Amino acid sequence: MADAGSLINWSLLALEPPGWGGVMLAGLWQSLQIAVGGYALGLILGTGGAMGKLYGGPVTKDLLEVYTTLVRAVPELVLILILYYAGTDVLNQLSALVGFGPVDISGLAAGIFVIGVVQGAYSTEVLRGAIKAVPAGQMEAARAYGMSPFQVMRRITLPAMLPHAIPGLSNLWLIATKDTALLAVVGFSELTLVTRQAAGSTKAYLLFFCAAGVLYLMITLVSNVLIGFIERHYRRGMARAA
Amino acid sequence: MSDPTITALALTDLPTKKSIFKPHRIVLMAIAAAVVFCIVWFMRWDWVPEYSDRLADGVGMTLIMLASTSILGFLLAVPIGLVQVTGPWPLKMLAQVFCTVIRGTPLLLQLWLLYYGLGSLFPQFPEIRNSFLWPYLRESWPYGVVALTLSFAAYEGEVMRGAFAGVPSGELEAARAYGMSPFTVFRRIWLPRAVHRALPTLTGETVLQLKATPLVATITVIDVYAIISQVRQKTYLTYEPLLLLALIYLCLTAILVVGFRYFESKIPTRGA
Repeated sequence: MADAGSLINWSLLALEPPGWGGVMLAGLWQSLQIAVGGYALGLILGTGGAMGKLYGGPVTKDLLEVYTTLVRAVPELVLILILYYAGTDVLNQLSALVGFGPVDISGLAAGIFVIGVVQGAYSTEVLRGAIKAVPAGQMEAARAYGMSPFQVMRRITLPAMLPHAIPGLSNLWLIATKDTALLAVVGFSELTLVTRQAAGSTKAYLLFFCAAGVLYLMITLVSNVLIGFIERHYRRGMARAA
Repeated sequence: MSDPTITALALTDLPTKKSIFKPHRIVLMAIAAAVVFCIVWFMRWDWVPEYSDRLADGVGMTLIMLASTSILGFLLAVPIGLVQVTGPWPLKMLAQVFCTVIRGTPLLLQLWLLYYGLGSLFPQFPEIRNSFLWPYLRESWPYGVVALTLSFAAYEGEVMRGAFAGVPSGELEAARAYGMSPFTVFRRIWLPRAVHRALPTLTGETVLQLKATPLVATITVIDVYAIISQVRQKTYLTYEPLLLLALIYLCLTAILVVGFRYFESKIPTRGA
């Protein structure tokens, strides 16, 4: 009969092959790679998107509006499926067109692409709000000094908007780490899927899912500490938020 | 999560209708219409009539999940927010740990932990197997409802904490000066004011909850996402069912946003 002793078999979490600890840590590593890559890609897309939405021409603005509206209105799970199939399909057809024949796209690259496109829409909105919070006079002053638009961007807009953007961007990082779990549905062996396989083959469901939960929680808690440092660094010299 | 972040994650406002007929927009709309025409004309949609009934059922299931978990989650979020502001420290700690754990782990993992973990644990206890709850615990939807409810409660609990803390203390003092008992103060002043303050985030949180519902399909709840998955397996089509699914969610989100805007316009606000 079920009592606590027989339910928890800690040796299942051992790092060597009879245990599944090593496999789970490998899954965690995959998850982290996708989260970092996807977040970075999202930041690049988001910076471009925010610039386009604020300073672009009317067509750019409208197209970006469609992009952010669609991504914010459709579940990540559905987006991930569409982007995963469409992305690999388009890439294959492109390479066939050029004459390379079908290419084998690594799951990692596909995962980073998918998370990046989703995160890109979110960070577009976060960065757009942050840039709008920078007083227009500061940018006008920079332009009056004769700085080129790129210099204004690098010297004034980006540093001045960072304190406003950091709370939103840190939330996006936490969401990126959790969204990697959704790639389990397309069969990418990141932490959640690996955990499910381990749990399924040992029947110790509670143990493995709790262990994975602890790993995800560790990512969040460590990130929170780091975010605290970053926020204090970039808010130095600013009035405390009300 | 703060209000701007929710707005960045979930659609909370429809694009404004003003000046829809600028010249470049007409060109863009013509291109969009051509794309839609190509999608309708060149892709296979003959499976839609066959599955339309089941799709409607699936949408119904999605909406039931959304409504029940949002309402239950909100009811749970009120005490979670309240104890974090005024509760004794053990309750405060408990609420904080709950929020941190739920918000710090993926919903998919929580769902699988409940369904596979608890679901495999329950049958080992004859007391549970013989109880009146057993017919429900053998189904998958209770686990989905519980997981989604807890998730909504954790995110909205954080919002409610801020809302309770943000009610001006002068209003509460005035209520106490009128001789109201603590419970009356809560019922008449504190709760209504806090809910009022939390309302703007509710649109975003509900859209986020809608975006979380398809996860229950992974534990065999038959919502609209699960129906589309069945279509994909039966017809071997990749894109058509997914595009229809995206369209369905787009419409549901738009309806939610318009509905919330309507109700918000009915609530009187000072100076607005």
